[in-house]
Amino acid sequence: MNPTMTKKLLLTLLAWGIALIVFFPIFWMVLTGFKTEGEAVATPPSLFFEPTLAGYHEVMARADYLKFALNSIVISFGSTLLALIVAIPSAYSMAFLPTKRTRGTLLWMLSTKMLPPVGVLMPVYLLFRDMGLLDSQLGLTIVYMLMNLPIVVWMLYTFFKDIPKDILEAGRMDGAGTLQEVLYLLLPLTLPGIASTGLLSVILSWNEAFWSLNLTTSDAAPLTAFIASFSSPEGLFWAKLSAASTLAIAPILIFGWLTQKQMVRGLTFGAVK
Amino acid sequence: MATLQLNNIVKDFGGTQVIKGVDLEVKDREFVVFVGPSGCGKSTLMRMIAGLESTTSGEIAIDGQRVNEVGPADRGLAMVFQSYALYPHMTVEDNMGFSLRLAKVPRAERREKVLAAARILQLEPLLDRKPRALSGGQRQRVAIGRAIVRNPSIFLFDEPLSNLDAALRVQMRIELARLHEELDATMIYVTHDQIEAMTMADKIVVLQDGVVEQIGSPMELYHHPRNRFVAGFIGSPKMNFLEVEVRGADAEGVDVALPGGDCRVPVAGDGVSAGDTLTLGIRPEHLVLDEAGPLTGRIQVIERLGGVTSLYLEHGDSEWILVADGNVAHRVHDEVRFTFDPACAHLFTADGLALAHLTRHPLADIDRKENRASSASDGR
Repeated sequence: MNPTMTKKLLLTLLAWGIALIVFFPIFWMVLTGFKTEGEAVATPPSLFFEPTLAGYHEVMARADYLKFALNSIVISFGSTLLALIVAIPSAYSMAFLPTKRTRGTLLWMLSTKMLPPVGVLMPVYLLFRDMGLLDSQLGLTIVYMLMNLPIVVWMLYTFFKDIPKDILEAGRMDGAGTLQEVLYLLLPLTLPGIASTGLLSVILSWNEAFWSLNLTTSDAAPLTAFIASFSSPEGLFWAKLSAASTLAIAPILIFGWLTQKQMVRGLTFGAVK
Repeated sequence: MATLQLNNIVKDFGGTQVIKGVDLEVKDREFVVFVGPSGCGKSTLMRMIAGLESTTSGEIAIDGQRVNEVGPADRGLAMVFQSYALYPHMTVEDNMGFSLRLAKVPRAERREKVLAAARILQLEPLLDRKPRALSGGQRQRVAIGRAIVRNPSIFLFDEPLSNLDAALRVQMRIELARLHEELDATMIYVTHDQIEAMTMADKIVVLQDGVVEQIGSPMELYHHPRNRFVAGFIGSPKMNFLEVEVRGADAEGVDVALPGGDCRVPVAGDGVSAGDTLTLGIRPEHLVLDEAGPLTGRIQVIERLGGVTSLYLEHGDSEWILVADGNVAHRVHDEVRFTFDPACAHLFTADGLALAHLTRHPLADIDRKENRASSASDGR
């Protein structure tokens, strides 16, 4: 075996190893969801057991899964749509009409992501209470939109910057106004980038737990709150918790599976070119 | 009908003037070429005409109407970009018809106009392709086709051939000249390549550092450069320059000292007196090998092109280029003597201005249209 082959083999093994480490907790969770509570806490853990749907039955009986799932879908897609509507014009202006302060603005936007969310929980909570946004889909949609806006603007900005200025100028010579320039030229040209930005935003919103736990109780609670409701003070019921978690991640897992090609392409856009 | 006037155009980029007061008059159906070294402001000037760049001061007028405040699409111009700037996600047909689509022209009429332009450029078989499936030359033609479809009063070309290989460049050059004849439109063309300027222009505008150095027909610029910069820029290989001392001067000519004897150059010598230092300029193709010539040089490099041979000579501390015929038998390190016809020589004062020739070159006022007319009457 020549050295390059050896290197390739080692790298492949390493990649598989990392993938297994990352995947194992999810695998174990799914497995545990099909066990009885007794089997779930048994030491040594049993790998071979008789699968049961008891956990799922109990979870479905105790909470309205569909309502939580619907909230998750509405809030994560809604916030993503809202974020794109706000971010596309701002990224356009920063990419094509930069000023001296553009870089500073971009960095400032990113810096807000370094702020611990709990630091602004109190003001946001009070604002939401006074505006009647607590436990509402709209309230959570707005929070998620603001939370993801810096990343969405940054990603769109880099995608837009890759579009040659000449093409937009040719459009202007052909008689396109700003709106037509964006609709007919910029958006079609950056569609893959916009799609992967949107996908990322949906996934981040779906997985967000801090704000959803603090700003919702029942009406607008998404799936993260659904999982949390199964960790009770009387002790953890691992099988049920696992069943609930599996139900919560299933939609986004399938969604991610279907769009993974798009995701990878978008996230490695700058790197591979 | 389309004329263009620039009146004292200035462009200021954050305190730096890149265009320093340009005046220009472009006649109807004229082919005008802006030429100059990179950074001379020729592209900026064109972008200002196009409306893609604002004008700091001065006036741009098309057909006598001030257009400074008119948007790029409403000036009735079309521009061909150096990078072609085709819309990558559209087919050739959609690329060419985009302006009509924006203008809400009905589909059938749009198709008709696109087909008409495609026919001129032989693009018909490619109409359904995307730009990425085209070669460089084809993309170039699509970009030109997109301009033709708009039926502009003035065509603007921003270094359109610089991304093509040498053979294709020559071919496109001829095609553009043919197109100019066929469309009978006013065209403005930016290039840094003086050969493109010489071969295509009716009128050349030589720019340097945002200033117009000279405006004239190709032959006028070649035979009567206004200053040393134009003399050096137009013509290939470059003109040879030599510092010379004036022996005597009057309105009928200037006597200058050369290493092998004096020489009388037939230029107006008013204001020049004996003892002054001038710069003598002679084009490489005007130097002639001659056993009895007044100048000598040692051959450093020989470039044989077949039809002609370029000799790079060391002459004192200056380097000269001499273009001789293709059958020169000299070898490197040979010492050669050469001469020139004083009527072909130019003299420049210390501030670079040329002394006017006493006789005007007979072809100096010919423009390309006349060249074409004569070739047509020859029966091609």
